[in-house]
Amino acid sequence: MVFSGSDHRTSDFLELLQRERPELLSKFGTGVFGTTPLPDSTAASWKGQRVPTPGLMDLHDNLLEGTTILAAVYNEGIIIAGDRQATAGFQVGERRIRKVYEVDTYSAIAIAGVAGPAMEMAKLFQVQVEFYEKIEGSSLSLDGKANSLSNMVKSNLPMAMQGLVVVPIFAGYDLKRKQGKIFKYDAIGGQYEESEYYATGSGGKDAQATLKKLYSPDMPRDGALQIVAEALWDAADEDVATGGPDFIREIFPTIKVIDSTGISDIPDADVKALYTELLDRLRN
Amino acid sequence: MPAPYYVSPEQIMQEKEDFARKGIEKAKEVIVLEYRDGILMVAENPLATVFKISEIYDRIALAATGLYPDYEALRYAGIQGAEIKGFTFNREDVTARWLANQYSQQIGAIYRQPDAKPLEVEILLCEIREDVSSNNRIYHLSFDGTFWEDNEYTVIGGRADEIAGILEDQYSNDLDLNGAVRLAARTFETIEAEVDEAERYQVTAETIEAAVLDVNRNRRKFRRLLPDELSEILST
Repeated sequence: MVFSGSDHRTSDFLELLQRERPELLSKFGTGVFGTTPLPDSTAASWKGQRVPTPGLMDLHDNLLEGTTILAAVYNEGIIIAGDRQATAGFQVGERRIRKVYEVDTYSAIAIAGVAGPAMEMAKLFQVQVEFYEKIEGSSLSLDGKANSLSNMVKSNLPMAMQGLVVVPIFAGYDLKRKQGKIFKYDAIGGQYEESEYYATGSGGKDAQATLKKLYSPDMPRDGALQIVAEALWDAADEDVATGGPDFIREIFPTIKVIDSTGISDIPDADVKALYTELLDRLRN
Repeated sequence: MPAPYYVSPEQIMQEKEDFARKGIEKAKEVIVLEYRDGILMVAENPLATVFKISEIYDRIALAATGLYPDYEALRYAGIQGAEIKGFTFNREDVTARWLANQYSQQIGAIYRQPDAKPLEVEILLCEIREDVSSNNRIYHLSFDGTFWEDNEYTVIGGRADEIAGILEDQYSNDLDLNGAVRLAARTFETIEAEVDEAERYQVTAETIEAAVLDVNRNRRKFRRLLPDELSEILST
């Protein structure tokens, strides 16, 4: 018994929307340009090697793209972070965008790629997880949440074929196994688990290089926060699309930490302190 | 073909009402109290994982009594309707007043359907205030779809009126959480004592379920009081 009339009961919000309100999902379900890719379109990369389809080129230059996101496991949990800039073509599109969202008490999602659909996917995913929890009276397992996100990325395939790629990182603390976990996705919904660290987006490669050099698996929280800040700094340094810490406007990357007690934000003041310290170190 | 018996509309509605009332008379009670930081809901319920009180949306909770499959269907419909509305517009556009109207229409429609069994339910839709300047809302819905607003304290279930009578003397509007939980427990004990004076009934964490909408929480205001916490409150 549903207010809109159907009798079918589900704990899957995506399925519910597909049935009750498919128009809200038009972008995920069939793609804004229909299900068939335009003849010349190339399955594009979000890393700047895009070969735009004629006609889509103008569109691409006007769309906001999220740039660098990353996650790293430390000894008692996991850190997930992202810069604050969205870039449209060669312009700064938005300086204060948020790419890291709390999903529930023990997990978070970070998004890179075309910002509009990516943010919508993050919102839908958050509702998906919460809807399940309320209907069933218990939370999805961490792997269950990750799989459900994979389905959402998959349903974005028609748009990905047009170059409108969305790539999330899903990070969470697994209460059963008592450890942080990272799930990464490719443009077509392939899901891969990373046990240590991962970065993606336009500056992902640069951030990844920094993490690779500085990371060790049993790092304490403070050490891990330092290398996360440094990785985002290097991404902003090397990649023109990624935003660095902005001391003039007081805009700093988003950093969230998840451990056995749940998720928490690192306040701007603390992130600022991390960068002040990092800059001192780099100057000397 | 034999002609169907004529039954007057008055008689049909009277029978439906009697049927629904009989169902609810058997139902265990749920007490809802406004306390300093929000709304407390307490139900007599010995089951640990089958609930009468549940989270619907960020600031909205449902307390129900009556026939389980009936109110479970309403709970599901409420969560579903609220999430779809919040996804379409914005989370703050989902209000208990809207949801109470949806429930009222749905329950009323089933009640008036000629070949359907009326829902044997009585429900309270609770919404915590947004900030200090606004009020909590408690919508009280009956089996025929009619509804009204309650405040301070209210009770649903078979002996609702008797229990409300006890609360009338005991309730004060500056209760803290512990005080409110103990008042609800004491009230359940008093009403049981009136039935059977010989065997003293004691409320414990195992015999009740309790949850709050707490204004101090983040987006999701709903929180169940876990057995350990309940035991501690009840033992002091």
